[in-house]
Amino acid sequence: MAGKAAAAHHHDHPTGVKRYLFSTNHKDIGSLYLMFALFGGIVGGLLSIGMRMELQEPGMQFFADPHIFNTFTTAHGLIMVFFMIMPSLFGGFGNWIVPLMIGAPDMAFPRLNNISFWLLPPALTLLVISLFVPGPAGGYGVGGGWTVYAPLSTTGSPGPAMDFAILALHLAGASSILSAINFITTIFNMRAPGMTIHKMPLFVWSILVTAFLLLLALPVLAGAITMLLTDRNFGTTFFDVTGGGDPILFQHLFWFFGHPEVYIIILPAFGLISHVISTFSNKPIFGYLGMAYAMAAIGAVGFVVWAHHMYTSGISLNTQAYFVAATMVIAVPTGVKIFSWIATMWGGSIQFRTPMLWAFGFIFLFTTGGVTGVVLANAGVDRAMHDTYYVVAHFHYTMSLGATFGLFAGWYYWFPKITGYMYSEFIGKLHFWFSFIGVNVIFFPQHFLGLAGMPRRYADYPDAFAGWNYVSSIGSYISGLGVLIFLFGVYLAFQRKERAADNPWGEGATTLEWTLSSPPPFHQYEQLPRIR
Amino acid sequence: MTNGFSGAKAFSVFAALASFLFSTEVRAELGQPRNWQLGFQEAATPIMRQLNDFHNFLLVLTTVVTLFVVGLLVYVALRFNENTNPKPSTTSHHTLLEVAWTVVPILILVVIAIPSFRLLFAQYDFPKADLTVKAIGNQWYWTYEYPDQGDLTFDAVMLEDNELKDEQPRLLATDNEVVVPVNRNIHILVTASDVLHNWTIPAFGVKVDAVPGRIIRTWFRAEKKGVYYGQCSELCGQRHAFMPIAVRVVSDGEFASWLEKAKKEFASIPTGGGDDASVGSPRFALNQR
Repeated sequence: MAGKAAAAHHHDHPTGVKRYLFSTNHKDIGSLYLMFALFGGIVGGLLSIGMRMELQEPGMQFFADPHIFNTFTTAHGLIMVFFMIMPSLFGGFGNWIVPLMIGAPDMAFPRLNNISFWLLPPALTLLVISLFVPGPAGGYGVGGGWTVYAPLSTTGSPGPAMDFAILALHLAGASSILSAINFITTIFNMRAPGMTIHKMPLFVWSILVTAFLLLLALPVLAGAITMLLTDRNFGTTFFDVTGGGDPILFQHLFWFFGHPEVYIIILPAFGLISHVISTFSNKPIFGYLGMAYAMAAIGAVGFVVWAHHMYTSGISLNTQAYFVAATMVIAVPTGVKIFSWIATMWGGSIQFRTPMLWAFGFIFLFTTGGVTGVVLANAGVDRAMHDTYYVVAHFHYTMSLGATFGLFAGWYYWFPKITGYMYSEFIGKLHFWFSFIGVNVIFFPQHFLGLAGMPRRYADYPDAFAGWNYVSSIGSYISGLGVLIFLFGVYLAFQRKERAADNPWGEGATTLEWTLSSPPPFHQYEQLPRIR
Repeated sequence: MTNGFSGAKAFSVFAALASFLFSTEVRAELGQPRNWQLGFQEAATPIMRQLNDFHNFLLVLTTVVTLFVVGLLVYVALRFNENTNPKPSTTSHHTLLEVAWTVVPILILVVIAIPSFRLLFAQYDFPKADLTVKAIGNQWYWTYEYPDQGDLTFDAVMLEDNELKDEQPRLLATDNEVVVPVNRNIHILVTASDVLHNWTIPAFGVKVDAVPGRIIRTWFRAEKKGVYYGQCSELCGQRHAFMPIAVRVVSDGEFASWLEKAKKEFASIPTGGGDDASVGSPRFALNQR
């Protein structure tokens, strides 16, 4: 009878609401994550274009009230981090690809997987609602930045908007913690026979490290924003000096989460870039163990560098000196990864398919952002750059462009596997070039603005910053065009339905997902693969 | 600092080029940014000069590293593509290479760390104060106190466009300026009355958060007379972009006469900020732009 039930289960192909709302299938949930991230990315991208339109020329043109500009920067940051990058790289590709790569039929906890995803739409809804309810005196929405520093987020924003945003973060955080638990359990327990931890594909390594970072960092954020919530509503004074609290405490707690968060964002991209480069170089990954442990090292060291975000907050000289030294250490494992990727290509037979272009772009952007990170690590010189556009340029080059280029490399790499259709190489490459040129035109001049002293999160700026701001805004329209090309490419692929082979990339693609059909069956690996 | 390198000559050529492009020795405008500017504003204090030198050094290093990586990318793209190298190698290990690209970055970081710590410790090496000024951030203007000059207190509010005169820069000029003597050690005590703000003058190389309930200090010694501008550098709400900082550096004599005049002028005017955390200056009205 048990056998009969199992057989019935295997042939159970629910459709519509039943298939997606109640889904326990890792591939369907992965698709939901990807669609959700696509929506989040479009909203977050539109917000950023709105900001660049305002900043194109000095003076206020599009925003009646600078506070509305601040709500745009806040929402852009939160949406891109929590509702675009994390759901796509970790939730989307993690869910879709990790079980396929380790030879598992599904995730360890399919129902937990369902709620992990379905917590996100309400979280985004709460965040969107926050834009339309009172925030600071005379304004609507949260304008305190994604960092929601106290006391601007407590006494500085008395309306309920901040409470909505805090609850949105709570839900998104709970979602991530649950899926982190799921990934750790799956990866530790459900690898196919013979796949030892040192034979695990690097993308799985990257998801494993990311899951640990989420598990350790997000509870700290949850604690910090709960304290914000009680400070705001129940008269506690965790972040209020007059009651024995301290605004700097919030910054420590926030960045204890916030710094690992940037590695949560970028590590999955590190993992998948390795596969793309190895596949299209037709060569095994160079220095596999070094690559795996470099990610583990980045994750571990990432937990002890948080106060480099706080060099001007009044922390003591010795504290700053420690964080300078610790932060610079991160450059070492990151360098190992960059050089190992290049060594993977060295001696290879590189095919410049679309995913490979994005991987090349990724290495360039991440290196550029990485070296400015080494500059910013030095507290002495960060004194001049803190809260300027130099920082904006740095973190966009690393965690947003790095992650986004990684994301698109993965998108084009796995698109044939996930959908069963081939994308158009021409459209994919056009998308790449518009994006690559666009983002460099946006962000490279921001280094100059930052050095000249332009502070970030400004709705209007002195006339002397006009030149590079104009250039930067033009770049944003170019990359916006790139997004339209991307969307057209997706539409085209689904419209012309060109069947993709099970392995469209040839012998360079060696991981298990390429042994399955494209798209894979609803339930795969009824016979577990054996790894030699 | 840089002479230890082999290839010091190439380095110095590069450094000269970098300083031509990015450093600030030829700037006409003092104390404020200039359109299409690429680097820092002209240094007006010894600390900012040291910061600028250190940054020029870092700029050379980071440019070389980036160009090295770009060079490798271009090389592998041309040399190891499917046409030029149809048979891929199977190499996946090279211990010496892996050790090298771990150790060499560590050495580079050590070379960076030495001038970095020197700069950091210099910034915290407070000389004896010749004058102390207290800066209090409020939403959205600054209150200044001269505690050792008979508690002189005044507010500095940004000038609106129609109030600007004589080439005063938009969004930078304030109605009252912080006036300090040239070539003197000025200590700045920074705090806030409501939310976080940040007091900075880029040309001085100082930047300090203004935190309610805390006093954080910094110092500078301006070596050139002139007006220096900065802008609030910690998000503080609606008019964050509209609470600039203006410091006028004058001779000792000019400072003494300003002080005398200011004591009379500001004696009768109540101010908004300060320890009593009263809200809003009578002269300050929220002006929706």
